[in-house]
Amino acid sequence: MATVSSEGRLTEREARLGIRNRRLLQRIVVYALLVLIALIVLMPLIWMLSTSLKPKSQWFSRQIYWIPRTITLENYTRILNNPTVPIGRWFVNSILVGVVATALTLVIDALAAYAYARMEFRGRKLIFALLLSTLFMPGVMFLVPNFLTIFRLGLLNNYAGVILPGLAGVFGVFFLRQFFETIPRELEEAAQIDGASSLQTFTRVVLPLAAPAMATLGIITFLASWNDFLWPLLILKDRALQTLPPGLRTLQGAYTSEYGQMMAGAAIAAVPVLILYIALQRYIVQSVATTGLAGQ
Amino acid sequence: MATTVERRDAAARGATRKGKFSWTPYLFILPHLILFVLFLGYPFFSGLYISLFDYDYLRPEATTFVGLQNYLNLFSPGSSQYRLFWNALGNTVEFVIYSVPFLVVIPLFLAVLLNIKIPGRNIFRAIYFAPWSLSVAVVSVVWWWIFQSQGGLLNYYLLDLGISPPRWLSTLPWAWVAVVVCTLWWTVGFNMIILLAALQDIPNYIYEAAEIDGATGLQSFFRITLPLLRPVLVFIVTTSIIASFNLFGQPFFMTAGGQGIAFDGGPLEPIMLRIYREGFARNYQGSAAAMSFVVAALMIGISYINFRVFRNRD
Repeated sequence: MATVSSEGRLTEREARLGIRNRRLLQRIVVYALLVLIALIVLMPLIWMLSTSLKPKSQWFSRQIYWIPRTITLENYTRILNNPTVPIGRWFVNSILVGVVATALTLVIDALAAYAYARMEFRGRKLIFALLLSTLFMPGVMFLVPNFLTIFRLGLLNNYAGVILPGLAGVFGVFFLRQFFETIPRELEEAAQIDGASSLQTFTRVVLPLAAPAMATLGIITFLASWNDFLWPLLILKDRALQTLPPGLRTLQGAYTSEYGQMMAGAAIAAVPVLILYIALQRYIVQSVATTGLAGQ
Repeated sequence: MATTVERRDAAARGATRKGKFSWTPYLFILPHLILFVLFLGYPFFSGLYISLFDYDYLRPEATTFVGLQNYLNLFSPGSSQYRLFWNALGNTVEFVIYSVPFLVVIPLFLAVLLNIKIPGRNIFRAIYFAPWSLSVAVVSVVWWWIFQSQGGLLNYYLLDLGISPPRWLSTLPWAWVAVVVCTLWWTVGFNMIILLAALQDIPNYIYEAAEIDGATGLQSFFRITLPLLRPVLVFIVTTSIIASFNLFGQPFFMTAGGQGIAFDGGPLEPIMLRIYREGFARNYQGSAAAMSFVVAALMIGISYINFRVFRNRD
């Protein structure tokens, strides 16, 4: 009897060990795969930074050096000191356009979303359905007519011409409205009984509760503005007024095969968003996951 | 006292109650609504209107009504638009076919991998998604340098392996490979995040039940995971087709310059670049507007068919 039970225990332990070993092996394989893919994803960025820090003689060397043998900032200083490619100015322009577009989007969209979420008014359903119907319309339809509108308003070569059409978007309204609807009505009713106006209820009660959703929308809007290429390329013809993405195009024209300078320019455009991304990565991932699933 | 009562009264009536008319809600929606009408409502109609004219915004005096001519040009082989339009549309469809399968399968693989509960997976998720935060300008310029035939990183390693490398950015089909690889690197993370969220919504007990019934991992994937992911997959296929249809920046930057194979009838010119050139290099805005509407109708049609065919098959 005793031998049977001890034997039984032994095989049980062996089995458990076997499972453990298999789990361990599985983990090692998974980690190896994860690291390999991470390296493939990071390689182009590392190569960009590496090239941007190399002196010209080492851009095309017989031997590939991922870490430059001599680190130099000359590619950066060269493009920063070239008045025909005012990359410092483009950087400031990009920040300016991004910040203003984001701030205005948040204010305008939050106000509208609150009304669609909470207020009763004639035409509410109809107007909101009209807004939603444009979500399915490809942006290309609006390219030519919006360009002509901006031209007629005299806003070519003007930041307003870059920012305004983006503010018409309905995604932010839709996104915030969904969030506002999850806030318990009682909170607002309590505020109104205490004599708060609609605007006060909105700014003092609803907005603080909606901070995460506002942050998410803010990040997405800023990234979209910072990275936008086609529209600012059309609207901002004046070199000094350009933002970074069309600026890179100008840079590419000026430094045809000066890869060190090109990579320095790319790094100047990439590093700020990468820092922003690392800092706010969780919110960004969250927002894509929720909007993606909501979009089905 | 009287004022408080009055105010309370007003609050109770408030904008949220039915009954009395109030301007408040309209004031809330007005800023957005004005911009919406100006840049999404009006252009829908003005775009259609302009597409009926020979129109150049720099020479408004030369505007002439041409009826449906701008549309007919796209379907009559003799016109100057015909060849360029269909060439670009064909190129774009080619790109959709090359890119979309990878834009679905690779993210699915990555999502399944990241759905394994092991420490540190959030770090990998963050790394894989990172390129999505960059501008198409940055992404394309970096890959343009990697794919350079002279001194590019890729050809360096290929030569090392004894493979004689092609001229990636100026010959076919290699230029497509370059554009597809660049696009995958840039956007694979986006679909991955959506699929990962969907995977995490699948309750664990379903897999446990399957395991008790003796299902292998592969069987679970094909019999449980894929069917449950179906609505998300349909969404991802559709949005990826639309995104690939919007191809613009990658060929623009990677073939470097207005005379590359991505311009004016070249084998890599996407339809968005064609519309851009028609409207703002040739300055035929009427014709460009007509092209936009034809392409937009096509995109809406494809999404609709995709949803109808795959969404409710059960």
